[in-house]
Amino acid sequence: MNPVWVIAKKELNGYFNSLIGYLILSIFLIFIGAFTWLIGNDVFIRQQASLDEFFGWAPMFLLFIVPALTMKQIAEEKRSGTIELLLTKNVSSRQLVLGKFLACFLMVCITIAFTIPYYLTIVQLGNADHGAIIGGYIGLLLLSAAFTAIGIFASSLKDNQIVAFLLALVINVIFLFILGFVGNYFSGWVGDILNTLSIPNHYTSISRGVLDTKDIVYFGSLIFLFLFLAELKISKKS
Amino acid sequence: MDIQIQQLTKSYGFQKAVDNISFSVKTGEVLGFLGPNGAGKTTTMKMITNYIDIEQGDILIGGQSIKSGKMNRHIGYLPEHNPLYLDMPVIDYLEYCASLQSVSKSMIPTRIREMVRLCGLDVEKHKKIGELSKGYRQRVGLAQAMIHDPAILILDEPTTGLDPNQIIEIRDLIRQLGKQKTVILSTHILPEVEATCDRILIINHGKIVADGTASTLRKQAQGQQVLKVKIDEGDSNDIFEKLQKLEHVAMVDFVDRATNRFEIQSVAEMQSNKEIFNLCVKNNWVLSECIPFETKLEDIFRDLTLN
Repeated sequence: MNPVWVIAKKELNGYFNSLIGYLILSIFLIFIGAFTWLIGNDVFIRQQASLDEFFGWAPMFLLFIVPALTMKQIAEEKRSGTIELLLTKNVSSRQLVLGKFLACFLMVCITIAFTIPYYLTIVQLGNADHGAIIGGYIGLLLLSAAFTAIGIFASSLKDNQIVAFLLALVINVIFLFILGFVGNYFSGWVGDILNTLSIPNHYTSISRGVLDTKDIVYFGSLIFLFLFLAELKISKKS
Repeated sequence: MDIQIQQLTKSYGFQKAVDNISFSVKTGEVLGFLGPNGAGKTTTMKMITNYIDIEQGDILIGGQSIKSGKMNRHIGYLPEHNPLYLDMPVIDYLEYCASLQSVSKSMIPTRIREMVRLCGLDVEKHKKIGELSKGYRQRVGLAQAMIHDPAILILDEPTTGLDPNQIIEIRDLIRQLGKQKTVILSTHILPEVEATCDRILIINHGKIVADGTASTLRKQAQGQQVLKVKIDEGDSNDIFEKLQKLEHVAMVDFVDRATNRFEIQSVAEMQSNKEIFNLCVKNNWVLSECIPFETKLEDIFRDLTLN
């Protein structure tokens, strides 16, 4: 069996063998459920068969949820010294990073999969735009993958989980809010670059149901970049 | 598989942790790696297992450099503080380690059973590792190191935290394994080296200061024969003078004048037991003690590493 899969399986089991997996799953579902169906500008107030509210709020919660999932992955291995055990086995730093990434990403996917009943409900309520909803889910998965890669990178830096969590949160906030916010103050190419780098720019167009190659390339590059940095950090051993 | 270490160097800042050391270990040999704390033992072991990068020199395993990164599956490694996943059950942990070492799926249950038997983990195998005592954790650490039946075992202080019975068991196990495998083990416990190792390598400040079997090291360190002698029924000054006149005696020292105890150093490469005996017979003294003084491994270690 490929080491990537062996590691991913162990870590995924770890989430469900402890409280963390269930806790994170329920926290996400409670909040996203409340904001989609009960609080604020929810589905019943809008009187539309759309999940826009869900796709709008989901990144706000994933912002916290994903770092909470990823924070222990490498930091804890470093703290307890088990990283030495892993890397002296037949496992490369790349396989380690990919395995950890895969486990966290699958965990996020499972969490998101629990919202599929929302889709089924909305379809019953009226004429839903299936394209937009499917696009929204694809966007959500790409966004989660990017957050997961950022989280894994943050976790690879130090042997402290809190530091990993906060750092991942800060990077997520930068990509989700700050780049776009600052970008609006600049005109010309600086503003263009900052806006191109910000997540909402790409996420919103996908969740409208427009699947553009450049958005997929954007998320792909983010994932690749942060996983690569994490690998670099781990393989630099002195 | 043989291990060859060639001009290995590693420095941290200005300090050389490992300074141009070369040695080799053959299959079927158990090498005891000795040295004070910070001498470079762990650093060397971490380089052999490819955990930290080699700065200069090379390490060959079965003729192939470890820099390729492909040699790790031939190595079983027990790191210094025996890191473990405390929330994993013993069996799951061993299975995880076996899969990571690319043991084929059909072989994994057999290997786990074998390791559980070999390391005496049968009673504890379903417990979480965090619930085990230190001795059992150490056994789990050994089991994970050997799960893929590696040709090479690198054990960093394998018997720390074990009780005397367990220490003897683990030593026997290492001896047994050492017949077919190449083993390097580091330790602070000197009798352990004598009990388990075919060869001793002492390093200090990153350099090799001694290399050989326990008995050759002793011979080198000892030089002259030293005897502790007690002679009854004679005047101490008279005995002292007569002893000093003996041909093979280089030096006589009073240990205790009242009970006539002496320490006698022989001339280099000479034995003075016979002369002393004959002298006693001639003078009607009673030779009630004659103990050859053996240099202890501890003394050799101190001599070589305290300078």
